[in-house]
Amino acid sequence: MIGLGAVPLIADAIDEPFYTVLFSRMLILSIGAVSLNLILGYGGMVSFGHAVYLGIGSYVVGIGTLHAVEDGVTWMGDGFIHMAVAVCASAIAALFIGAISLRTRGVYFIMITLAFAQMFYFIAVGNESYGGDDGLSLYMRSDFSGLLDLSNDNTLYYLNFGFLIITLYLSHRLIKSRFGMLIRGAKSNEQRMRSIGFPVFRYRLVAFILSGAICGLAGVLSANQTDFVSPSVMHWTRSGDLIIMIVLGGMGTLFGPVIGAVAFLFLEEFLSEFTEYWQIFFGPLLVLVVIFGQGGIDGILVRLDNWWSKSSLSKQKQ
Amino acid sequence: MRKLFLWTVSLGVLIISQAAMADTVKIGFVTTLTGGAGAIGNDMRDAVELALDHLGRKMGSSDVKMFYEDDTFKPDVGKQKTEKLVKKDKVHFVTGYIWSHVLLASRNSVVGKGPFMITSNAGPGPVAGKLCHEDFFSTSWQNDQTTMAMGEVLNQLGIKNLYIMAPNYAAGKSMVAGVSRTFKGNIVGKDMTKFPAQLDFSAELAKVRAANPDAVFVFYPGKHGMQFFKQYSQAGLKGSVPLYSAFTVDSLSLPRLKDLASGSLMTQFWAPDLDNPVNKRFVADYRKKTGRYPTFYAAQSYDTIMLINSAVTAVGGDLSNKSGMRAAMRKADFPSIRGPFKYGNNHFPIQNFYLRKVIKDSEGNFTTSIEKTVYTNHQDPYAKDCKMSW
Amino acid sequence: MNWILLLEQTLNGLQLGILLFLLAAGLTLIFGIMDLINLAHGSLYMMGAYFAATFTQWTNSFFLGVLLTLPACMLFGIIVESIALRKLYTRSHLDQVLATFGLILFFNELVRLIWGPIGLDIPLPDILNGSVELFFGIRYPAFRLVIIFAGITVALLLYLLVSRTKIGMLIRAGASNRQMVSALGVNINLLYTIVFGLGSALAGLAGLMAAPIMTVEIGMGEGILIVTFVVIVIGGVGSIRGAFVAALLVGFIDTVGRSFLPDILGLFVSNDVADTAAPAISSMLIYVLMALILAIRPQGLFPPKGV
Repeated sequence: MIGLGAVPLIADAIDEPFYTVLFSRMLILSIGAVSLNLILGYGGMVSFGHAVYLGIGSYVVGIGTLHAVEDGVTWMGDGFIHMAVAVCASAIAALFIGAISLRTRGVYFIMITLAFAQMFYFIAVGNESYGGDDGLSLYMRSDFSGLLDLSNDNTLYYLNFGFLIITLYLSHRLIKSRFGMLIRGAKSNEQRMRSIGFPVFRYRLVAFILSGAICGLAGVLSANQTDFVSPSVMHWTRSGDLIIMIVLGGMGTLFGPVIGAVAFLFLEEFLSEFTEYWQIFFGPLLVLVVIFGQGGIDGILVRLDNWWSKSSLSKQKQ
Repeated sequence: MRKLFLWTVSLGVLIISQAAMADTVKIGFVTTLTGGAGAIGNDMRDAVELALDHLGRKMGSSDVKMFYEDDTFKPDVGKQKTEKLVKKDKVHFVTGYIWSHVLLASRNSVVGKGPFMITSNAGPGPVAGKLCHEDFFSTSWQNDQTTMAMGEVLNQLGIKNLYIMAPNYAAGKSMVAGVSRTFKGNIVGKDMTKFPAQLDFSAELAKVRAANPDAVFVFYPGKHGMQFFKQYSQAGLKGSVPLYSAFTVDSLSLPRLKDLASGSLMTQFWAPDLDNPVNKRFVADYRKKTGRYPTFYAAQSYDTIMLINSAVTAVGGDLSNKSGMRAAMRKADFPSIRGPFKYGNNHFPIQNFYLRKVIKDSEGNFTTSIEKTVYTNHQDPYAKDCKMSW
Repeated sequence: MNWILLLEQTLNGLQLGILLFLLAAGLTLIFGIMDLINLAHGSLYMMGAYFAATFTQWTNSFFLGVLLTLPACMLFGIIVESIALRKLYTRSHLDQVLATFGLILFFNELVRLIWGPIGLDIPLPDILNGSVELFFGIRYPAFRLVIIFAGITVALLLYLLVSRTKIGMLIRAGASNRQMVSALGVNINLLYTIVFGLGSALAGLAGLMAAPIMTVEIGMGEGILIVTFVVIVIGGVGSIRGAFVAALLVGFIDTVGRSFLPDILGLFVSNDVADTAAPAISSMLIYVLMALILAIRPQGLFPPKGV
């Protein structure tokens, strides 16, 4: 974590500002993955449409700044308003999607969340006034009225970093709370939770909304990061990427999604630098992680940790 | 262990970062190298390499380093690659760009950030008009121009009822806008199809048949064009309704389309048989190098390198002298495949547009030849929205 | 309304539906019987197209190419199943998604290494390359007619296989209660391999039939894979009959949406808005359909009996 905090300093020192951008992207996707992990890892709700909220957050910034720049409506460029609107809009969307989807189970749940995501995707594609398929270029970043200057990539990096820490802390507190216990309980045995008398559906819905709202916030950051918004932010492959990051890193663990997101983007960047045919290594790597690494990378690391401490313990005994 | 993981990541980052080279002209070239449109990017790369060969791999006394990046046909990926070229590779020129939506998405990462941006194909309206910029140049055309010329041709042919089909993205919309600007007859039907997902045009072709127009006009670049021509013929429309196109039939699809495209008419700013010494040498050497006729994409990419060369040699290799390079490029004083031309105030060429027809050359290869000149020294309609003057 | 146009669009919808059914049949069987979410099904479709293109080039005949492609696809599927997928049956759905996603990346790159990044095309023989005059003066592309007939024939054969043969009985039993079938002493591994090989061959068939229309290229299976999942979920996972009905439904809705929506929308809003909004709305239709069906019937139209 401290290492991540120092990234912009190191990048500036070696005059490679590109890495600030790369790690910034990792942080944003980490927030998205952590938010999805709340419902997927802990709650067993496999949402295959989580990128919708990234999209909603992004479009709030895209549309807001467009009007701020073109029509001079300054309040629409305000960062606080972007965040508030993005969180509310994402929560409302999640309420709508969740209320219908959570009635189904298993693969049907996966597919119905995908269906809603595709609807939002095509709404964005069809909306010509905001760029349609071609997307919108941002001509300013969210304006935090002198408090923060996001046009500086390092400032944006630390904003992302701060939000990731807050998200991790919140999700840690939430999971340990009574509410979190309930969500986890409903994952392992829904029947029992129900017969004890808990309104499982309602709890799940709340978790679903919370998760969507956080991801919406990640969308706001993402739009500022890329200076560009297009429907591809909420394409189903992006939702798939989020799931893959979680499973790769380790689901239902606090840091798993962060590790997954960092590893995913790092491998993409590193392997593609190394060979044009990087996916021929990346693909089988994923298969191997699944077959040999129960619990993703985090699971492997934890097991290595255990093995390490066990062997050093036995050495001490000798 | 988690810490170890992080250290590995940071170490890896240090390893892959490369030291910057001094005094080398670094040119980023963003194009599509994979998928169905990969053939286009490949063609452009061949033309760039040929141009560098013609220059002896040097611009003045400076070495040249090319950075080819694959946008995979997606605006967000193109944007990311562009950002990498500017921030990591620190290139002096960012060029390439087949697709208008990729160009529009990437523009802000380059313009105003130091490097020059030169489009080698895409020419969406905004960058020629309101968003024109002193660091942005084109070695192609503005999207509307080619189809405006086609509208003129259709008027001259006496076409009354026209059916239009194009993909639903930035360039598709400009192309349709262009033909609608000049065509005086009725547009009896218009289909904007999903791009690039939709390759099956059966539903739309059935509508064309039902509408029974005098002519069909399409804009389908790359593999879409090939599929369209095939399906047009499979549906039995070839021969009964004449088909006119822009950027749809090119030297990549012709060897595969053969007779399907024979006699087909299109408008364009250039053709392989355009009669000037630069073009003759370019086409001959390109064919020697690759065994194919060059596409217009290739021709424009060749010009891109020549334009950059004119700028670099004008300032004697001093790449920090941006105003000197800009002034040199504005003169358009380089051997262009389209012959001598001038830049408009928006840094888009003022140039001729020709009507081309698909023919068989003396060796039996399919290519195109110029039928007549439709526009002479034509300037795009967006130039007046550009506030730049020099 | 123009009746000829309507009829022609019905044929187009049927043709798309048939193609989707060939993909969905394999996927729904693999899903229903082995409980495996196989994202790499689209890769099998892609391999079908590439095999067909290569064999057609080698033999210089489209028909010989087709004959060689089907067994090649089946063999390819069986190899993939026994090397990579067999270990995944007992894993959670998410593990399967991750691993088969990895396979997609691998196959895409493999194809790029072997066949290059550009893509291929399959030249059709002259008899299939034109159009045929049907009743009422309707002209229809010959190759699309072949797709429709081939697809319906395969659907019939599949129906006979599943409902009349011993293997079919095991397949049906496996789809509704897996544990019971293996408890009864059936060699479940062999059954899995057979089903997977069959599914691969069907996907390959779909790939080779789509190839002359859509071009052969890397990643061609990914977009259609999602639509195929929509089909099997609407139809009910594990149900061949459901897959058939849902595939035709999706095929029709997509085609009809594409062809008539701009006109229908034009009645309500200005033509310009209709022109640009219609493609997006028509793409959305099948997802709206799926959401509606799942909201009413959470197990799809034809959930397999049992359990």
